[in-house]
Amino acid sequence: MELTLWTYEGPPHVGAMRIASSMKDIHYVLHAPQGDTYADLLFTMIERRGQRPPVTYTTFQARDLGGDTAELVKKNIKEAVERFKPKTLLVGESCTAELIQDQPGALAKGMGFDMPIVNLELPAYSKKENWGASETFYQLTRTLLKEKVSSSDKINPLRWRELGRRPKVNILGPSLLGFRCRDDVIEIQRILSEQGIDTNVVAPLGASPDDIERLIDAEINICLYQEIAEASCEWLKRNFGMEYTNTIPIGIKNTIEFINEVHEKLDLPLTNKEELENKSKLPWYSKSVDSNYLTGKRVFIFGDGTHAIAAAKIAKEELGFEVVGLGTYSREMARQVRATAKDLNVEALITNNYLEVEDAMKKASPELVLGTQMERHSAKRLGIPCSVISTPMHVQDVPARYSPQMGWEGANVIFDDWVHPLMMGLEEHLIDMFKHDFEFVDGHQSHLGHTATNKNNILNSDEKKEKNSKERIIWTESGRAELTKVPFFVRGKVKTNTEKYAILRGIPEISDETLYDAKAYFS
Amino acid sequence: MSKVEFNKETGPREVFCGLTSIVWLHRRMPDAFFLVVGSRTCAHLIQSAAGVMIFAEPRFGTAILEEKDLAGLADAHEELDRVINDLIARRPEIKTLFLVGSCPSEVIKLDLATVAEKLNKRFLGQVRFVNYSGSGIETTFTQGEDGALKALIPLMESSNDEKLLLVGTLANNVEDRFKKIFRNLGISNIESFPPRQSTELPKIGKNTKVLLTQPYLSETIRDLKHCGCEIISAPFPLGIEGSTKWFLAAAKAFKISELKVHEIISPLINRAKLALESHKEILKGKRLFLLPESQLEISLARFLHNECEMDLIEVGTPYLNKDLMKEEINLLPDNTKIVEGQHVEKQLDRVRESNPDLVVCGMGLANPLEAEGISTKWSIEMVFSPIHGIDQAADLAGLFSKPLKRNQILTSKTLVRH
Repeated sequence: MELTLWTYEGPPHVGAMRIASSMKDIHYVLHAPQGDTYADLLFTMIERRGQRPPVTYTTFQARDLGGDTAELVKKNIKEAVERFKPKTLLVGESCTAELIQDQPGALAKGMGFDMPIVNLELPAYSKKENWGASETFYQLTRTLLKEKVSSSDKINPLRWRELGRRPKVNILGPSLLGFRCRDDVIEIQRILSEQGIDTNVVAPLGASPDDIERLIDAEINICLYQEIAEASCEWLKRNFGMEYTNTIPIGIKNTIEFINEVHEKLDLPLTNKEELENKSKLPWYSKSVDSNYLTGKRVFIFGDGTHAIAAAKIAKEELGFEVVGLGTYSREMARQVRATAKDLNVEALITNNYLEVEDAMKKASPELVLGTQMERHSAKRLGIPCSVISTPMHVQDVPARYSPQMGWEGANVIFDDWVHPLMMGLEEHLIDMFKHDFEFVDGHQSHLGHTATNKNNILNSDEKKEKNSKERIIWTESGRAELTKVPFFVRGKVKTNTEKYAILRGIPEISDETLYDAKAYFS
Repeated sequence: MSKVEFNKETGPREVFCGLTSIVWLHRRMPDAFFLVVGSRTCAHLIQSAAGVMIFAEPRFGTAILEEKDLAGLADAHEELDRVINDLIARRPEIKTLFLVGSCPSEVIKLDLATVAEKLNKRFLGQVRFVNYSGSGIETTFTQGEDGALKALIPLMESSNDEKLLLVGTLANNVEDRFKKIFRNLGISNIESFPPRQSTELPKIGKNTKVLLTQPYLSETIRDLKHCGCEIISAPFPLGIEGSTKWFLAAAKAFKISELKVHEIISPLINRAKLALESHKEILKGKRLFLLPESQLEISLARFLHNECEMDLIEVGTPYLNKDLMKEEINLLPDNTKIVEGQHVEKQLDRVRESNPDLVVCGMGLANPLEAEGISTKWSIEMVFSPIHGIDQAADLAGLFSKPLKRNQILTSKTLVRH
């Protein structure tokens, strides 16, 4: 048993939902009790999706447990298939259903449907969300392609030449609730296209079961997020001989290395190597004298494996920071994170406990934190600037603008996102230095969401008049007490309105009743 | 009873489970800690519903069951002991610890009552342990509060003092307003349950007159009745009408004249009516569909129809206690369609067919309906906002008029959904 106040990853069936919701023509019947539908809001609120996740929850209740929950499963499967007509059906269970062992996957397979059915067994008491997403994508790929295994020859990555066309690749791993996946896909497709490489299929994001069956039309796979796609890439390699890339194109060096790797795997000559470094502004911005102050900035990094490792490399090699802490909550990637940490002479922190991360952060006394939304909060408490580099997803991590992490534009975004909080930090420092100058007022903060409370002494004549009449108004004890109960973010407005009302009505003393009278008057 | 049409529906549901009520209960009682004994799903549910990252250390958490805990119950009990010892050592300020059962803990039959009993002996005088279930197999959303309150009743001492007991979590400012008005009516001994400190439980007895502030406390009210309390039958204090009848019912129980009540609350009613006007202008004649979630749906329907002149298409509720709701149901217009339970797909079909102007629904459904061009109001806001009482009637109406008003401002009708 593990005491958890907050967790970086959800349960594995939420990972399965990420795959199902990312795709088209798929439906997921989840054997689960009432309440597990909370996971829908991750997609509809955080990602602002305009569609419900394609999930039917069997919604069993205590009274069903004595009876036949298996019948309930079958009824829900039947209804879901009739209503949604999926091309492929995923069937699985959440934590509670795992305990009652109805074997919903086996039940579904016995119902005589002719569509492929993927039986998802995701152990809820030992595994987590990313594992669940990876396993689901793997099981889905395997189910849809296993019949083609024996009939297909191993794929020769050089066959595009004989076929007289541009080389084709699959981009595997991007999913909903993945960090900036939507934009990374666009960026990577653009880069590949510039190099004369076509995208065959992007999956799971936007793919249908038909697309999964077409995966083997490509020469190689791009494994964009190991957490989600490595298991599938490995299976495709084993069974179809499809090579896959290992480099994650985050940062300039990694993006160039990635392009190199793709070219090597396809035996495609790389003719524009010199141009590549100038595709992003990061190298020059980092070189410009203005960035001198970035040298040796102490940075603490925590996130999922993919983004934490990439961040460490960029921080050290491309921005000239000193990495003073590196960690991940992705146990599946602990080995790689440890190896990266060793190269940087720091000890890797592998944990799912945010309080441990906060402690480590405190001890490392960094000047910048690169973390998840949770580290942003911890850093705020410690007064350290922070930039978010990884899931778990927050509504702020789904910006309206194009904002990838990968490729050239990704490097631009990273430069801005990491350096701006530091500049704010610098401003903070200047304010501290100059706080005794008369222009500055206590409480002035340049960021962290505060508005400056700098009240100018020079009021214009209208304000003065109002000020004079305001001074004649008295707040009674009941009025003041009522005012303190108003939430702080509207208190100022309520106070002004009530005073305005009192002046208007010639009321000399403001009581709690005046406050409510004013509230009614202005509403 | 008016000619209301009652229906029942079963099927897949789109509602929160009782664990969600921890989100407001822990704020009400800052000296209490809520420890869910459950799975990673439970932990993820609460943090997703509450947006808990703003807390350094929240006053709720989950003891996550792992594979080895499922192997043998004895080990699970030992493990729970260890977790609780650690927690109490870390948070010495905790006065009451709620052990909250979940779907998995109920299914493996983890006996939290016995655990609580043992712990009560061990931590006597330091921390009090109470247990209840917030599991989705037994409870929906607000029923979690019903369970938590019911669990506290055995700890309440008895007293024969005459008092008014307000039952159900209220926003603190609303509670203060109510108390002030009751004092003006001449009722001096007023207490609230749950109290603001978990250790300050009200004493109860045969002269305790219970007035419910929330409609979802069926079990709590039954147990209070068993303890000899008198239950005042009234509609719920939502809107001017409900609040007025609620005050009148309380006054009657304390033998205070109606005249006195009207004298005190008339000015409140007048200004509330004034404040309600601008919202009514927007809501009048608009067609409303309420999906089940908080059990506040019937009271909201009554308010939105009777005071804001909205037309009711369907009033969903996760659970209906006709006895508890009879005063409310009496106030509903004839032919109101109440649906208890849910088959979310069939209900959404009815939503689309009936083409409503506004749908009250959970967060999982709101954006998808908006993307179909249907305006929504998420129901979870009703349990987090101060909406009770005469002075809040306009604010309550505002929760519903705002999405409609916003729709009028944003005229683009050809949005591409993402």
